[in-house]
Amino acid sequence: MSEPLHRALGLTDDEAAEIERILGRRPNSLELAMYAVMWSEHCSYKSSRLHLRRLPTAGEGVLVGPGENAGVVDVGDGIAVAMRIESHNHPSAIEPYQGAATGVGGILRDIFTMGARPIAVMDPLRFGPLDDPRSRWIAEGVVSGISGYGNSVGVPTVGGEAEFDETYRDNPLVNVFCLGVLPVENLVLGRATGVGNLAVLVGAGTGRDGIGGVSVLASAGFSEGEDESAKRPSVQVGDPFEEKRLIEACLALYDAGLVVGIQDLGGAGLTCATSETASRAGMGMDVDISAVRRREPDMEPFEVMTSESQERMLAIVTPQDLDEVLAVCRKWEVSAGVIGRVTSGGSLRVLDGFGGEVLADIPAASLHDDAPCYDRPRTPPARDAQGDDHVATTEGVDLGEDLLAMLLDTSWVWRQYDHQLFLNTVLGPGSDATLLRLKHPLTGRDTGRGLALTTDGNHRWCSVDPRQGTAMVVAEAVMNLATVGARPVALVNCLNFGNPEHGEVMWQLSEAIDGMAEACRAFAIPVVGGNVSLYNESGGADIAPTPVVGMLGLVDGLDVPPPTTSLVDGSRLILIGDHVAALGGSRWAFERGQRGGPLPPLDLRAHSRVATAVRDLVNGGLVNSVHDVSAGGLGLCLAEMAVRSGVGFNVAGIHGLAELFGESPSRCVVGADPELAGTVLRVCESAGAPTTELGFAGGAHLHVEDLLEVSLTEASSRYHDRLPSALGAGTTQG
Amino acid sequence: MRYAVRVEVRLRDGIADPEGATIERSLPALGFDGVSEVRVGKSIRFVLDADSEESALGEVDDLCRRFLTNPVIEDATISIEAAEVLQ
Amino acid sequence: MSTRVGIVLFPGSNCELDVAEAVRSLGGDAEILWHDEPSLRGVDVVVLPGGFAHGDYLRPGAIARFSPVMEKVVAFAEAGGPVVGICNGFQVLTEAGMLPGALQKNAGLKFVCQMAQLRVESVDSVLTAGLTVGDIVKMPINHFEGNYTCSEQTLTRLRSNDQVILRYVGNPNGSLDDIAGICNEGRNVVGLMPHPERASHELLGSLDGVPLLRSLLAPATPGCADPLSG
Repeated sequence: MSEPLHRALGLTDDEAAEIERILGRRPNSLELAMYAVMWSEHCSYKSSRLHLRRLPTAGEGVLVGPGENAGVVDVGDGIAVAMRIESHNHPSAIEPYQGAATGVGGILRDIFTMGARPIAVMDPLRFGPLDDPRSRWIAEGVVSGISGYGNSVGVPTVGGEAEFDETYRDNPLVNVFCLGVLPVENLVLGRATGVGNLAVLVGAGTGRDGIGGVSVLASAGFSEGEDESAKRPSVQVGDPFEEKRLIEACLALYDAGLVVGIQDLGGAGLTCATSETASRAGMGMDVDISAVRRREPDMEPFEVMTSESQERMLAIVTPQDLDEVLAVCRKWEVSAGVIGRVTSGGSLRVLDGFGGEVLADIPAASLHDDAPCYDRPRTPPARDAQGDDHVATTEGVDLGEDLLAMLLDTSWVWRQYDHQLFLNTVLGPGSDATLLRLKHPLTGRDTGRGLALTTDGNHRWCSVDPRQGTAMVVAEAVMNLATVGARPVALVNCLNFGNPEHGEVMWQLSEAIDGMAEACRAFAIPVVGGNVSLYNESGGADIAPTPVVGMLGLVDGLDVPPPTTSLVDGSRLILIGDHVAALGGSRWAFERGQRGGPLPPLDLRAHSRVATAVRDLVNGGLVNSVHDVSAGGLGLCLAEMAVRSGVGFNVAGIHGLAELFGESPSRCVVGADPELAGTVLRVCESAGAPTTELGFAGGAHLHVEDLLEVSLTEASSRYHDRLPSALGAGTTQG
Repeated sequence: MRYAVRVEVRLRDGIADPEGATIERSLPALGFDGVSEVRVGKSIRFVLDADSEESALGEVDDLCRRFLTNPVIEDATISIEAAEVLQ
Repeated sequence: MSTRVGIVLFPGSNCELDVAEAVRSLGGDAEILWHDEPSLRGVDVVVLPGGFAHGDYLRPGAIARFSPVMEKVVAFAEAGGPVVGICNGFQVLTEAGMLPGALQKNAGLKFVCQMAQLRVESVDSVLTAGLTVGDIVKMPINHFEGNYTCSEQTLTRLRSNDQVILRYVGNPNGSLDDIAGICNEGRNVVGLMPHPERASHELLGSLDGVPLLRSLLAPATPGCADPLSG
């Protein structure tokens, strides 16, 4: 007995019945395919939508919040910033190079769709352990894909993360964040207004790549033993040169005022772009499927309507402007042709030639507004599984070796990325936060201000307590921005979780959203966009909950480069923030197969006071180095400062393992000229931030009184060699 | 006449081929012993209309020298055969 | 009057605005020349900027050299006009035969974006006239195909004619003889892999690109100015 078509397309029986109710008749197979792609988890957020509503989205300067292609924030001087984050996890697990490359391509289109020139990409990456050859194959391929596409398309990759952990062994997390700048008046929305206006398909030809990619790749986990290579045909292939020309052509169209609305073609291809633009404007659209330029012969209508071929945009233009639009596209060697017309009445009709046979006729809005929204069961884990286990003993622990084992220089990754294009990068990858000069996108005028960016995630904190862990991730992002003198302005999130049909995963997701909402409210940071990636699992095991945030901050006066994480010889080292001893959720505990007990407490108000103090110190030019305390605790924080500078340290007053490697939040280490140390302490005091004097920067050792002493030379070589030597050990696909 | 043309572009002898060397170095670890002299090139295929095989060869040769290869570092070998008549 | 710098924009170039910004910050005039323009509009200097002209497909620079504007650039150079190719521009100049040699994939087979240390080897070129031989300067490199190679005879000629203008200190890409930049025998055509424009603002970590760009903006030598005007 063969399976009903709707099930083969990934629709449940209830969803199929709902489609029939909407249409008042049985859908044909093309219509069913269109619903299937639009009602997939990837496009409809059907498992998460209910919960995402709890995030605060309003805030000063927010021009566009969640729901459009990207969030847009007014940053002053007539400049707006568009930002978005996405995941390309499943495609990257199958074909790392193309998966990552098309992830970059997709996020860029989301940004220039809004009228913005993309000026910065960041890649938070999470892979399986370095001793696993397949994880190395994925890591190497992903980094090459980002490098190959991002560099060529001409958008610098200015930051990100690179983590390696068992939980991502078969399911890497390849998230990508992009930021663009636009003159406020150039803001374009993805709306097909004006009956009679034309829908012009701009860019690459349409092929069979990514057919069913949305449902096959993004909405189903990999079951054990399944041959991933069998899924390879639906992987999209990117062409950065096509995308580069597409960016330039679209920006030229905006500058000439030739576009009424525009939308990129991503997941669900033409079906999504035509229905979204039409329904956002309360309109309908007739699509002439015969006019879609194809790359392959004999494509079926459903293939054309759901193809995820890359580097395509749908522009809505007036008939009078059409010739000029086509001329701009010709200059940039980008192909363009009319494939649709805006209609009244709200129907999305697919036609074989305008006036030809009607192949599909569905209410455009029903593909979005009527998409299912599930309140899936949520089950908190049993208390004992939640991680009250304690680190039993520290006897026999070699703290020096443990510290060395945590050192990892990520420059092997980001040296492969052009991180300097556009002459904006003041602090690039490898910094606590990226700092860019803010220039007007049209005139190039330097505002004398700076954009600060950070991406952060921590699956260990979130596995111990998804709610507080997520709040700590948001807090860490705030602290990272403070280290470059920036105040937070807006946030986007990428929620990477396991299978939502598992009660515990839904509980994690819901808790994480609440934790994010609490922290964002406390810091007054609006959430302007997000992405949810579910079904991250392999062999039935869900990944650890990994919400990742991308945060934008502003620096009000950027005249001199801020201090870096590098120590300056002879400086006094001061810890700002409360000094709490607890190993819960720490990297040290997790690497020993333990959770270390509950998370150390987070006080959002105290956190704000520390962040304010750090920001004031950086902006006041009072400190010569600064690094937030995060994964690996105070010990790793100090060690990183040392190996990055080639200057050792000599500190005291750190009592035991839990104070050395515990990850109590809301802390930052600063280095200060001894003559300024008193002022630093006073600034902290007036901000209400507690301080501890740790010691001095200098010497050829990493020395913590009574705890450890390691030679700087050894620490440096461990730090620098780890990634190159691990990846130099070879990779294998199988 | 239509001719199916295959141009194989490779680095000239004596020009370092880091890609080939890297592949060669990684083979023993994967259990492939006895492989040596790995060279990496690229293959370009197209169909050409020409009066005769001789004129086709002349044209492809010119195309290789002026465009498809960089003579400073690359060589090409050309193979030509009569193409199947399409449809 | 300010020196007018024409920056050629091929589809896929991406450093054109950066070069323009740096040129303007030093008092020069910068204008973008589209790759199929029939004239150089009488500019004093031509820069072929970095990026990925035509996607670097086939080979970097292989397709760009056939752009209509390149005929004018060749004629401009033959008349003594200063032409500088940075990164991808250097690759275009070698493909066009305006400079000897070729640029291969980096020895490490990875794209490399990092600060590079360079030693000034010759100040007898339009780009290095304002420097001192032996100076060590810091400028970013950003390329996959920056591994300079040429025949032994060519190398001998480059050396004997003092045509190597910059060498790497600590070779990052396997370049023959550590070569980072060369000029032609007329000293008016220069190609280099490092990006002077990325070392032209104090917030960017180095100002060492400034003397190079200033050399280029110095009043053109008599006989070189505007060779194609009229």
